[in-house]
This record gives sequence, structure tokens and C-alpha cells, in this order.
Amino acid sequence: MPDLGRAALVTSFLLLVYAMTVGAFAAWKGRKRLAESAQNALLASFAATLVASVLLFAALARHDFSFQYVADHTSRELPLGYTLTAFWGGQEGSLLLWLLVLTGYAVAAVLTGRRAGREVLAWVVPVLGLVGTFFSLLLVFVASPFATQAAAADGAGLNPSLQNPYMAIHPPMLYLGYVGLTIPFAFAMGALLARRTDERWIVATRRWTLAAWAFLGFGQLLGAHWAYVEIGWGGYYAWDPVENAALMPWLAATAFLHSVMIQEKRGMLKVWNVLLVVLAFGLSLFGTFLTRSGIIQSIHSFTQSSIGPWFLGFICLITAGSLALIFARLPLLRSKTRLESLVSREATFLYNNLLLVALALTILWGVVYPILSEAVTGQAASVSKPYYNFFLKSFGLPLLVLMGIGPLVAWRRASLRALGRTFIWPLAVSIGAGAGLLALGAGRSLIGVVAYTFSVFVLASIVLEFARGTAARKALGDLGWLEAFSSLIARNRRRYGGYVVHASIVLLAIGVTGSSLYGTTREARLAPGESMTVAGDRLLFRGYETTLESNHRAIRAVVDVYRGDKYLGRYKPGKNQYFAEDQISNEVSIRHDLLTGGDLFLIADQVNGNGTVDLKALQEPLVNLIWLAGFVFIGGALIALWPDAREQRRLAERYAGATARV
Amino acid sequence: MTVALVVGAVLAVACVVLVALPFLREPRPESDRLLQPDELEQRRLALAEQRDRSLAALKELEFDHRTGKVSDDDYRELVGPLRRQAAEALRALDLRAAPTGERVRSRG
Repeated sequence: MPDLGRAALVTSFLLLVYAMTVGAFAAWKGRKRLAESAQNALLASFAATLVASVLLFAALARHDFSFQYVADHTSRELPLGYTLTAFWGGQEGSLLLWLLVLTGYAVAAVLTGRRAGREVLAWVVPVLGLVGTFFSLLLVFVASPFATQAAAADGAGLNPSLQNPYMAIHPPMLYLGYVGLTIPFAFAMGALLARRTDERWIVATRRWTLAAWAFLGFGQLLGAHWAYVEIGWGGYYAWDPVENAALMPWLAATAFLHSVMIQEKRGMLKVWNVLLVVLAFGLSLFGTFLTRSGIIQSIHSFTQSSIGPWFLGFICLITAGSLALIFARLPLLRSKTRLESLVSREATFLYNNLLLVALALTILWGVVYPILSEAVTGQAASVSKPYYNFFLKSFGLPLLVLMGIGPLVAWRRASLRALGRTFIWPLAVSIGAGAGLLALGAGRSLIGVVAYTFSVFVLASIVLEFARGTAARKALGDLGWLEAFSSLIARNRRRYGGYVVHASIVLLAIGVTGSSLYGTTREARLAPGESMTVAGDRLLFRGYETTLESNHRAIRAVVDVYRGDKYLGRYKPGKNQYFAEDQISNEVSIRHDLLTGGDLFLIADQVNGNGTVDLKALQEPLVNLIWLAGFVFIGGALIALWPDAREQRRLAERYAGATARV
Repeated sequence: MTVALVVGAVLAVACVVLVALPFLREPRPESDRLLQPDELEQRRLALAEQRDRSLAALKELEFDHRTGKVSDDDYRELVGPLRRQAAEALRALDLRAAPTGERVRSRG
């Protein structure tokens, strides 16, 4: 079976090399059958990669420890679910997942991307082939998941942090996001190579970009929740380089999703848009490099390996090649229209873009600086939380308020009188809310009050947008309020889906502000029968409980929680001792208060031999809004992604005659 | 081992057939040129994009005006140029769509 796996990967590699080289030749010389053949090679590479993936899954399920990968990342006692998710728990499996998702996306994008035009599609195939060739090369020559050994009696097991249900969904989500950014990149480069700088590549990749961006965003929230419930320090985001690695391409893609609307509506920012696509894709490669190279110390870097130089070389090649191509096509990318006013919707999009890119680049510098510093001086410098928090406030708060301003400003230009009329209600509501918060004592954090006031402003502007839009639609025809509301969304899904996503970002901002600026932490060493108090709740330590599971021993501190005389429940923070892995993990216990959105977060920091426990308790106000934001985010993304029959008919008419399968 | 060999052989043959399919399907095609839109087609595409952009901008302006984001003065100032742009793109597309004789007549 390992031979078949290796053969499938070699087949995939050869097919991708074919798609890259023959596809480029066919596009260059304009050979139809060769171009079709290269496209088919791309489709066949997916089938070959799928065979390799199925074989690895089978080896994991059968505990076939003659596979080095299976022996390194699983054990006999590991539950089946985690045994299967170990597919992406290590270096080689992760790279295989990258290739599987990439070839899967490539098949779907090529088969549905006819609107890009046959001459553009002919160039998209070799670009996708190039990226696929790189990953399959790593899998065949550098990090094969099918390396074999003398079958061991048992495996080394899986890192305890990865033994969590989120392991089944968080990494695949992130990969769908990271890898999905290859599609807009390939179509943008295809359009430039074919010298077609019209909107066809944007139309063809609109949904792919949005889907990749949504996966990346939701994947990060899942990761944050995983960290919150599993890592056990009471937080959800630590500015870890690998967390930042996913945030950076998401910020660049967010900027692109906004600026591309200006290109569609005004024919402007063509150079900026292709630069953003390259930046987003480059950052997604950089993110994979950070996670997989072992160059940084991170909780996410599960392996040390030799693939770093390969990745760096490929990132340099992609960046230099893309920039050279953009430079060569500059005359074709010049826009004929100009910004009419600095007070217009497109201007607010531009400001939003500058802030998003500035935030992404400052985070990039924070990630890269310690690596560069170590390379130059031999000493690792660290960039810590205050650096990131400073830039998050400096760029994040203006971004937040721009989310409220943008929708209220008209395209092209807005007069002061119109601005006054549209802004009055959101301004009044937000100033009222700010004053109310100060009166309630929220003033102990000025930044907190500012963030909440801005959040209320954005929410008020979104509600106003929906209300005014519904009223306008109602006035147009004989419609009830509900009909008018649904027709408003159905007629402009991207805009109103976008507003729902904005609402999710506001929820996120409120949750982050509440939990990080208004939380309470208490620590105490308690003997059985002793208690401590946090934010008005009394925590009574009753003693320990120990249970034996298939692959670990669980020790739990039993804590009863009271508010006044009212018993709120029994909570059991503790530790797991894993046998095969010879590791101990922290297992937290959380009391969710759905009414206030806050959590009581309990950590048994130290389980002491004399029967006492070092208990850490955190009261985290509004933290559940962060997770709620995830669902709202997905809802907004789905609205924006939902097919619009009217739009499809218009595009079909526009591109009639210019589309065909290669 | 035998199963692996069979699966491997089937995979390899299927891949080769798929890659060779365009040549197997059309061994002697009339033309093997990858068709590219000519100048006329590209111009038509540019005009269609321009038309859609102008019509969408008009629609957006009407909606912004109805919801109070655009004042009456701004609306009156902006609507004229947008209508002209949309009309020009529509006229140019109509001219391209019309048969040659008709095009000459309409010019003349």
C-alpha cells in the first residue's frame, strides 16, 4: 500500500508538471487540444491525490505502524476520530491535505471558470499547475507521508492539544481558506499573462474569493475557540506567529473584497487589486511556511523540518514573478476614471483598504522581526502583545468606525446636507450609548468606551441601512414590510450580506473589548472545603476526582459555584495525563452565562500532592459574543455567496460568445 | 500487493487516457487554434462592461436618492452624465449588433 501511495503522488506530480509546462506552451502558442490536455491533467491530478489521501486515511484507520507517519502521530489507544484527524496533525499529512484541497479547488474553478474567457483559462491552468507542482514536489522528494519503517508495536500518539473535537474542523477550514486564495491569484495572473485586464477574471473568481475568505475567517474563530477551551490560559488569541499567519492573508483578502467593488463599479484600482491578490496569496504561502517550517517556536508548530528553504524559495519566486508580470502589464492596467471626491463611498473603501493593509503589514513585521533579528545578530528578539495591541487600536478602531461611515455615504460624492441627514440617528444613538456606559462605570477603560461607542454607531448605521432600504422598496411597489425586506436582500445579496458580516465584526469587537478590558482574574491555593470569590461568585473546592480513560488518566478538581446563597452548579477543571504521549494537558471548566454573554473560566493551575489545588478563576464579560459573531459571519457570507439568478442572466448575456471550455 | 498493483495500473491508464482525450477525440481537427476574441469582440466586451457599470451606477444613484443618501441637488447633477454614459454604451452596442448595411444606414 505505501508503494501505491507513493505511485499516486508521483503520478500527481507528473500530471501537475505536465499541466504547468504543456499548459504554458499551449497558452503561449494558442494550441487548443494541448490546452485541453493540460486542463485534463489538472483534473487527473486531483484523482491521483485523492487516491493517495484515501490510502493515508486507510493506513491511519488500520493502525498500520509500518507507515512512519502513522507511528509518529497515532497510537493504538487513540480514539478513532482523533486517529483519522491525525491526517493533518503532522507535516506530511498537512502538505497532502494542501495538495488535495488545491487540486480539488483547481478542478472546480477550471470547470466553472469559463466566464474568465478561454484565452485566460488557458493561462490559469499552468499557474495552478505551478503551485500544485511545488506541493507535490515536497510530498514526493522531501516530506513523503508514505515513508515506511519496521512496523512498531505501538505509535508515539498524538499531541494532547490536538486531541480535541475542533481538530476535525479547524485545520480543514483554515486550509480551505489558505488554499482557496490560490484561485483568485491564478485567475489574476492568467488574465495578465493573456493580456486581458477586463473584469472577466474578477467575475469568474468572485465566489471563490468570498468562499476562501469566509473559510479563513471562520477557521480562525474556530481556532480561537479551540485555544479558549483547550489550551487553558483563559484567552483565545495570543498574537502567536501562527495565529497571525492566518490573520494576515485574511486582512489582505478583506481589503481585496472591498477594493474589487470599486473596480467593478468605477473601473478603478486595477493595479491595486492585482497587488492585493498577490499579497493575499503570498501571505497564505507565508502562513503555511511559518506553520510547517519549524522556524518559529509556536504552539501550532508541531514539527521541525527541512522544508523551510523550499518554501522561502517558492515564496520569493511567486512574489518576484508576479510583481514583474504586473510591472510588465502596467500600461494595460491604467484606469481612465479618477476619484471624484474624498467624501464618497469609494473613498471610504480606499481608507479601509489602507488601514487593512497597514494592519496586515505591521503584523507581518511583528512576525518577521524576531526571525530577522536572530539571523542577523544571533539573538532572538521578541515582539510581544503591547506591540500588536497598539497597532490593533491604532488601525482597528478607525476601521471599526469606517464600517459605520461607509454604508451611509453615497457613491461618487456626498454633500454635507445629505451627510448630516443620514448620520444624525447613528451619531445620536452612539453618543447616547457612550454617555450611558460612562454613567454605568465603564470609564475605567477609555479605549473600551470608545470601542463600544463605535460599535453602537456601526450597528445603528446597519439597522438604518436595512430600515431605509426596506422602506424604499416598500414605496416602490405594493409590498408588505417582510416582502420588501426579503426583496431588498434578494436584489443585492452582496451588499446586504456584507452588512451582516459587518454586524458580526461588531459583535466580535464588543466581545473582545468586554473580555480583554473589563475582565477579572483571581488566583488562590485552596484545600478541600475552602473557597475563593471572583466577581461576586463564590467558588468552593470540594476535593479531587480521578477517572481512567482508554489513553489517559483524568484528574479533576471539583468546584461548586454559588452566587450569594444560590447554587449555580458543579465545575471540574483539572489535568489529563496521557500514557503513550507521556504528556500532561490542562483541562479547563467553563460556566457560560447566556443571559449576560459572559463566562466564569476555571483553571486548575497546579494539582498538588497534599490535596490542595492552585485555582485560577477568570470572569470574562461578553466573551460569548465572539462565538456568536462566528455564526453571524457565516450567515452574512452565505447571503453574499447565494446565487443570484438575475445577476447570472446579465453576466451570461454580457459574456455570450466569449466563453467556452478552453 | 496485487490489489495495489491493479489500482495503480488503473489509475495510471485512466490518467493517460484523460490527458490524451482531446487528441483521441479529434485526431485531425479542422483547426487546432485556441480561439481568442478579436478586436471587435474585445471592444464589445468593454462596451458591455461599460453599459452594465453605467446602468448599475444609475440604479444605485436612484436608490441612494430615495433613501436620502443623495440630496436632490447632487442627484440632478449626477444623473445626467450617468444617463449619457449608459445611452452611449447602449448605442455603441446596438451599432455593433446591427448588420453592416443597417450600421451604414444608421451612420449615414
